[in-house]
Formats: sequence, structure tokens, C-alpha cells
Amino acid sequence: MDENKNGFDRVAVEAIAAGLKERPGALMLILREVQDRFGYIPRESVPIIAHALNLSRAEVHGVVTFYHDFRSAPPGRNVIRLCRAESCQAMGAVALAEHVRARLGVGFGETTGDGAFTLEPVHCLGNCGCSPAMMLNDELHGRVSPARFDELLAGRNDGGR
Amino acid sequence: MSPTVYVPRDSSALSLGAGAVAEAIAAEAARRGIDLRLVRNGSRGMFWLEPMVEVESARGRIAYGPVAPADVPALFDSGFPAGGEHRLSLGLTEEIPYLKRQERLTFARVGIIDPRSLDDYLAHGGYRGLARALSMPAEKIVEEITESGLRGRGGAGFPAGIKWRTTQQAAARQKYVVCNADEGDSGTFSDRMIMEGDPYALIEGMTIAAVCAGANQGYIYLRSEYPHALRALNEAIGAAYRRGYLGEKIAGGSHTFNLEMRLGAGAYICGEETAMLESLEGKRGMVRYKPPVPAIAGLFGQPTIVNNVISLATVPIIIERGGAFYKDYGMGRSRGTLPIQLAGNVKRPGLVEKAFGVTLRDLVEDYGGGTSSGRPLRAVQVGGPLGAYFPASMLDLPMDYEAFAANKGIVGHGGVVVFDDTVDLARQARWAFEFCAIESCGKCTPCRIGSTRGAEVLDRLASAGGRAAAIGLLRDLCDTLTYGSLCALGGLTPLPVLSALRHFPEDFGLSRSEVAWTG
Repeated sequence: MDENKNGFDRVAVEAIAAGLKERPGALMLILREVQDRFGYIPRESVPIIAHALNLSRAEVHGVVTFYHDFRSAPPGRNVIRLCRAESCQAMGAVALAEHVRARLGVGFGETTGDGAFTLEPVHCLGNCGCSPAMMLNDELHGRVSPARFDELLAGRNDGGR
Repeated sequence: MSPTVYVPRDSSALSLGAGAVAEAIAAEAARRGIDLRLVRNGSRGMFWLEPMVEVESARGRIAYGPVAPADVPALFDSGFPAGGEHRLSLGLTEEIPYLKRQERLTFARVGIIDPRSLDDYLAHGGYRGLARALSMPAEKIVEEITESGLRGRGGAGFPAGIKWRTTQQAAARQKYVVCNADEGDSGTFSDRMIMEGDPYALIEGMTIAAVCAGANQGYIYLRSEYPHALRALNEAIGAAYRRGYLGEKIAGGSHTFNLEMRLGAGAYICGEETAMLESLEGKRGMVRYKPPVPAIAGLFGQPTIVNNVISLATVPIIIERGGAFYKDYGMGRSRGTLPIQLAGNVKRPGLVEKAFGVTLRDLVEDYGGGTSSGRPLRAVQVGGPLGAYFPASMLDLPMDYEAFAANKGIVGHGGVVVFDDTVDLARQARWAFEFCAIESCGKCTPCRIGSTRGAEVLDRLASAGGRAAAIGLLRDLCDTLTYGSLCALGGLTPLPVLSALRHFPEDFGLSRSEVAWTG
């Protein structure tokens, strides 16, 4: 049917595309909306969006894969975005990244086996006055030491909300 | 009258717990039956003091910081709503030397006003620039911008007046004004602070640009990493529409200007103006060949004024006070002020708006107070990931586009990232290539392939065999990137690499004579 195990919903994607397709530069708006809805861009949504915008599937795929934000797989229940850029490097971000990877047991772009955390790299969160910085879901954090990271993680180790 | 308390809603302040502090203050006031007016202002830009709370007093605003939620009951005990003394007291905010010695033109209102209140904006001189612009012919607006000497604050430093004149003179039925709010350089946050702390200044600046060019549609292309800025701008745009400052017949005149937010999706290259325009059109953020320049054929092929947040947010004061007023600040061909961002390993990180000409030493030592680790300062990188690394011996360099160019660096967007003596410049140089490889749009070969080859060559440089050959290759490769890339990403990646080699050859296991070719 229209729902598969990854939560893809054909009708919802069609509605998003139909609602935005007349807007200038609609593809980026549609992809953002699809990702907000599903947490990623389901493969199955690409032909639907392409059809709505009279683009080829390759063009839509090309845009999806160009931008770091657009995911091709569902993220974990919590998304950690760890800054890897220079200001944070100057304040220990490389060691922090090592700690985070060891603590979670995953690398960048991966999700923990229990589906609790996805670790993503980010290049600057604009919090360079409080480096190192990270985002935990929608929350920005500054001066994140390994110990502070563990505290934040403990607050979210929910096993499955 | 109920006391007014300010707790910033700036992202950085929130990242240090300002939200919990605001909640604790509201709860404590309620518990004590004190009727408080709680304003969520922008940040004053002194991040080592955040969360910094201020209260209104007869003598002026008094600051306390850094405040933790646990400090709140004791603050109330000391009578802080009336400006009482407490161990966290910092005295009058405006007298804090870090702030007092600045020359805040673009940031004049940030941290002072309630950024969500259009009335507060108006009460602090807001929309005076637009009022003046509406009484001037378009050519006169261009003249004021040209006279001011304003150069693009996004990083390229291109004279804004030339862009504006070109679009204003272009004949087209549809023109656009686009704000580049894709502030991706590490070590920079001034765009974010303006958007969160004084969003109407940006909206007013864009409106003036639209009136000047005859554009009826504007877009703010905001990076997705800035959710708080998005909320602040969406609210401000909504209020501006309701009050007649956007939409049809703006401010009672005859112009129509519609403004819309658009989000990026995590691509550094979309800070390059033509890649940003492609992205706005719903495409991959691939850099365009120039010419034609966006001022003639920009968004959807139409004449488009594209400027950075700081450039546009500075327009209102230039039009209100006149180009000559703004030009009075600065040195050489770098006129006006630059909101400089002190970041990385620095004791007092923050936002320092100064006239051009302030030296790196003033910034890093006097304002910044040296490194936060207390170890010796070894390097500063100025101008983001594509900026040069300078050693401590070059701190007398003034912030000036030409002085930096003469020393093979860039002012860029005004970010200064401080490193202590634990930094390994060979690793930083390799990172510059890695970053270029990650973020390259892939359109031109030097950047797409050269970035990866560059990282490989640096690895070979680190191994014992074939060092001389590796140096020769690196030299050729950097030449190819510098002169053969389509845009600044590939074109400037050699700056951090070669500056690291030039000033810190020992980190690469090289002697000064082996890197003499770097200039």
C-alpha cells in the first residue's frame, strides 16, 4: 500500500509537491518539506516530485544528493550535529569528535544500533564564540567538553520515546 | 513602574543556558510577587559573560553575568531588579571597556532593543533610512552608497555602489534583491547576531535596495543551521507586512516590495553568490560562469542586487546619516566599520565592531585577552576557512582589505580564529584541502580534483621519500587552484595552505629555505 516500513506516504508527498510546485524555485521548498515530514527524503518520493515539477528523476536526485542536509535514510530518534570547523578545532573539537565516536560506537553519518542517535558532521553552527559547538536535535550547545557531552547524552538516552 | 530585565535570546546565549535563566527569573519573580517586564534581547556580543542579564536602572542598564539558573534567587536577594550589588555585577553595561571602546554603527541596536518589536525598532531610529530613501531619486541613493565606500561584507569586498548602480540602470520588468545569509565561514557569527538581534535593520536595508533598483521581490537565503535567526526574521517580516513596511505601497509610498525567507540545505558553496542563486532557483548549488554578473542577469536571469546581511543591515544608517558620515570611519580604501568576530581559543570571544584599521593585536590581545587556554598564541586565521594563518609576529597587521591582500590574506567576513601553541599547522593545511573537497560544487576541475590531490600531496610531504617532488607538485597545484578555479572556494584554498607553509614550515618538517617559494 502507500505506507512502507520507512514511513513513506505517497499521498503526503503528492500533497506537498502539489502545494508548493507553483512557487519560484519550488524543488528546494518541496525537499525541505518532505524531509521535515519524514526525517529524510524517501527514494520513492523522487519520481513523484519529478513528475509534479516536470523534471527528470535524475535532476531531482541530483539536487537531493548535492545538499548535505538531505538524508537518504531515516535518522535516529536524536540527531547530533557536531561542528568540525576551525574555531571548534581550536578548542578541542578533534578530540571531542574522537570521544563522541567512541561513546556512541558510530562514525559520522551513522546511526547507533538501537536507533537512538545519528551522528552528523557540520561545518559551523555560528556559535564560534562558544566553541566547541554542537546541536542536539533543535538545541544548540556551546563549550561542549567530553564531560558535558556525556551529560547531554544522558539526558537523551531514552531508549525509545 | 515594573522593573525591566533583559535576558538574551541570541543562539550563543541560549547555547549556554539563557533559556533556563529566563525561566528561573520569571519563576522567582512570580514567587516573590514582583511584576517584571522580561525582554528577550539580542546579545551584546561578550560571550564569556553569557548568559548576561541586564536590568534597567536610573543610571542606565546594569549587567550581571555569567548567570546560571542557580544564581537567580541570590540575585533577587541582593535586589537585582533595581540594580543591586551582587558578585556577578558587571556595572553599567555601556561602561564595560570591551563595549565602550567599540564603534557600533551596524550593531548600534543589537542587544539593546527587543528584536521582535517593530515599535522598539522605530523608537531607536528604525526606518529613518527608508523614509529618507523614499524622498530621494534612485540615482541619489546609489550616490550615497557609493560615497560611503561600503564594500561587500560577505567576504569579497566588492563596492556595493557599483552593484546597485548596475541593477538600478538595468532595464527589466522584473528585478530582485537577494540577501546572502549563508554565513558559513567558521569563526563568523555577525550575520546571525544581526538577524537575531536586529532583524528589522536587514529588512529595512533590503527595502531601500528594492526602492533604489525598482525591485518588487526579495529573498533572504538563510543557512539551515540558523533556526533561531529564521524564527526572528519570520516574525519580523510578518510584523513589517502588518504595519505596511512590506507589501504594496510600502511606508505609504508607491513602491511594492515582497520579501520571503528561503532556507539553504547545508552547502558551504551556496555562500558564493551565483551558487546561491542556483539554489534559490531550486537547483544544485553549482557556481555560474561570470559574466554575466548577477546585477545584470541574476535570479531567474533578471537583474539582481545580491548583498550580504551585514552590507544590507548597514544601508539604513548610511542613507539616514549620509555616505560621508560612514566614509569618515576607516582607513585607505576600507571605509566604515567592520563587525569583527573573535573566536576559537580566545579568552574574551565576541563581536567587536570597529572602524577599519584596528590591528589584530588590538583585537586579540586588548579585546580578546589572549588565549582561553592561557598558553601562548601561535596563529590566527582571519577570514574563514579560506583565510590565511598568520603567526603571532604579524599581529600588527591592520584590518584593511589592501593590507591583508598585500600579506597574502583576506579580511573576508571579519572572523578571527585564535589558536594556541598546541595547533599543528600541517594538520590545518590538510584540513583546508579536505574542506574544499567536501564542499566543492564540482563544476571546475581545479577545485573538484585539486582539493583531493592537495590532501594527498601534503601526506606525501609528511613522509620521508619524495619530499622535493611533493613540494614541486604542491606549488603547481596551488597555482592551478588559484588561477584556474571558477570561484573563491578553489581559488582561495591555497591561502590557508600556503600561509601555513610560509609561516610555520617546521610543522611540515621543512626549513625556511624549502618554503621560500611561497613568497
